[in-house]
Amino acid sequence: MKHTIVAWMEDKPGVLNRVASLFRRRNFNIESLTVGHSEAPGISRMTFVVEGDERQIQQVQAQLFKLINVTAVQDVTHMPSVERELALIKVNATGADRSEIIQLVDIYRASIVDVEVDSLIIQIGGPTDRIESLTNLLRNFGIREMVRTGSVAMVRGNGFTPVEGHNGVSETRVAQGARHLTPPKINLPYRPFPQKEKKTWPTSTTTRTLISTY
Amino acid sequence: MSERKNGAQIVWESLLAEGVEVVFGIPGGATLPIYDALAKHEYALRHVLATHEQGASHMADGYARATGRVGVCLATSGPGATNLTTGLANAHMDSSPVVAITGQVPTTLLGRDGFQEADVHGVTMPITKHNYLVTDIHELPHVLREAFYIAHTGRPGPVLVDICKDVQQAEIEFKIPDSADLDLPGYHPVLIAADPDAIGQAANLINNAGQPVIVAGQGVLIAQAEAELCQLAEKANIPVITTLLGVGAIPQTDPLSIGMGGMHGEAYTNNAMMESDVLVVIGARLDDRLTGVFGTFASKAQIIHIDLDPAEVGKNLATDIPLIGDALLTLRALLPLVEPNEHPAWLGQIAEWRTDTDFRDVLAQETEELVPPFIIRQLWHLTDEGNCIVVTDVGQHQMWEAQYFLHTKRRSLFTSGGLGTMGFGLPAAIGVQVGRPEEPVWLVAGDGGFQMTMAELSTVVKEELPIKIALINNRHLGMVRQWQTIFYNKRYSGTPLFNPDFVKLADAYGMPGLAVRHKEEVEGAIRQAQAHEGPFLIEFQVDPFADVYPMVAPGKSNADMIRRPVPVEPLEEEG
Repeated sequence: MKHTIVAWMEDKPGVLNRVASLFRRRNFNIESLTVGHSEAPGISRMTFVVEGDERQIQQVQAQLFKLINVTAVQDVTHMPSVERELALIKVNATGADRSEIIQLVDIYRASIVDVEVDSLIIQIGGPTDRIESLTNLLRNFGIREMVRTGSVAMVRGNGFTPVEGHNGVSETRVAQGARHLTPPKINLPYRPFPQKEKKTWPTSTTTRTLISTY
Repeated sequence: MSERKNGAQIVWESLLAEGVEVVFGIPGGATLPIYDALAKHEYALRHVLATHEQGASHMADGYARATGRVGVCLATSGPGATNLTTGLANAHMDSSPVVAITGQVPTTLLGRDGFQEADVHGVTMPITKHNYLVTDIHELPHVLREAFYIAHTGRPGPVLVDICKDVQQAEIEFKIPDSADLDLPGYHPVLIAADPDAIGQAANLINNAGQPVIVAGQGVLIAQAEAELCQLAEKANIPVITTLLGVGAIPQTDPLSIGMGGMHGEAYTNNAMMESDVLVVIGARLDDRLTGVFGTFASKAQIIHIDLDPAEVGKNLATDIPLIGDALLTLRALLPLVEPNEHPAWLGQIAEWRTDTDFRDVLAQETEELVPPFIIRQLWHLTDEGNCIVVTDVGQHQMWEAQYFLHTKRRSLFTSGGLGTMGFGLPAAIGVQVGRPEEPVWLVAGDGGFQMTMAELSTVVKEELPIKIALINNRHLGMVRQWQTIFYNKRYSGTPLFNPDFVKLADAYGMPGLAVRHKEEVEGAIRQAQAHEGPFLIEFQVDPFADVYPMVAPGKSNADMIRRPVPVEPLEEEG
């Protein structure tokens, strides 16, 4: 089934490449991927629509999570959320077709953003199925060109919003949403919450010293 | 306190601040400033010059595995860096903490296909834990700090830092970055035990198990949880199987140790794994060489999987109880909840299976022939029963080593597991010997893999490393030849080798060598090598058609093994 996954990541060179490469290498099937700024400076937000069974979706999340630049991952498929996509559709519109198309645009609460003698550009924003439904109807008139942005998603109300401030994740927000950070069967705070106090970063010599024999 | 330093100086001073003592590398156009700074400022580091960058990366890998510290390798841009990639992929597969520093063309030439430019940042992205391209001198101190931190924390892995030449030459006010200034919002590798509820469930499962088995991987060694593993095994009398990289997690002479499992694991070992009802997997990836075809693996077993990396749990096999956390802390939490148990019937069953294996063992048979298992077992006897470090290459000899050398010490076998990199052996042995100079290091290699990186013999001699080399020469790419015998109707396509005279070759590099053709010469040769102070090469000329058994055919279940042939004159009890 299709899953919608949201991931937050540092806005650094190569991050998109890392994510795309991961999907290619692990043979995950992406339906759509969108990326843009989040509310936090330096943190981008990606929304993926991925096709796969439960195990694959867990793997997608765990593997994404493993990327050093990824700060949080969440599967919003089963959460109350708003999912939207934008499409621009250039459709043939001559003679009697034109008024029929305008009616459809009204019904679908889409809008006409460009008018030519024999074509119209229609802009529609909404859930994917609504865009698909309008597209199917417009095919009867002849679609010349189409572009879609892919889905973006946001959880409703007090759901999980992990990005706050430059350093990514605020402690309390993550604590609320922590169970979504990881695949459902795996119950672990593997990526623990950033500590507020100053960390001491051990050098390689101060890790567990090696004892060479039993 | 800060001083004006250039990028090259910052590299060395950062390495020193991280506690680095040895760097393996080869200079080149894009690393000239770095190498110049090393000479000019006489930094207190040992630089081991390799003959090929692949060698340098395996040396760093071997050093890291042997010491548990970060191994560092250094190469120039373009071909220097692409030569490192095999070693990086190898370190990535086997979770080895390596930091690779490469030079890159100046920022002004980036993207213009300048001389010796390659997109190293892009090339190494999927084969490193993380990587960096440094185009601004101000980033350099933080990047180096982060690189080391990422390499050796959490699940260890290689990190590459690609530094543009003009960045190496640029100057800034430098001080070692304060830890609080580092900015890794997506990386918090704190060592914690798994979820207590899940640990409780796991203990419950173990306590009610009739036929439990532990599979111990390299994660046990990395977490240094060997003692806890043995305690768990002893407390509940659970037999322990190791993976190839997990060898040494439990002394292989321990009654509860039932050897290495998988494609060339012993039949009783694989039987135990396949017939178990509870399988406790600790720090192992459950890759196809261990499990055989995934669908049939341990189908009666409930699987408890302890791993630090959530992406490993459930990747290949559905897990019943995932325990995501540090192996050491998780085992410590699990131990008090596990009840003492005897499992007499189960252990008896395994012992019975074992009789059949022992009966087929080539070493139990009277033969005049110089069989590789005999060489390996002799080596084990003559090194005070395994009181040495063994590094292997990849191939038949590697499997014979794993079967016949009984490792009783942890971190005493170093081998390329996940990637199966032929050519790993010699350079890795160099890294191991540099990291652990006091201990005897034996390299067991095949003639095929040895020749892939044998140019590093000059490094062995130059650095005065007393590595003893046991070269198992069957004049073939033996493992491939074995598969051609079994699965490709004996069409030996590309597998027979033309070999040099290895003894003369050793001599040419200025180290002694000896060729051995007969069984009775083995002991003398090994003793002679041990008595010699410096490096020594023994070439064992063996039957080209000796095969490694038992074997699980690719795409087959572990229950479906090709067994060792039954001895020619069967004994009475052979039914």
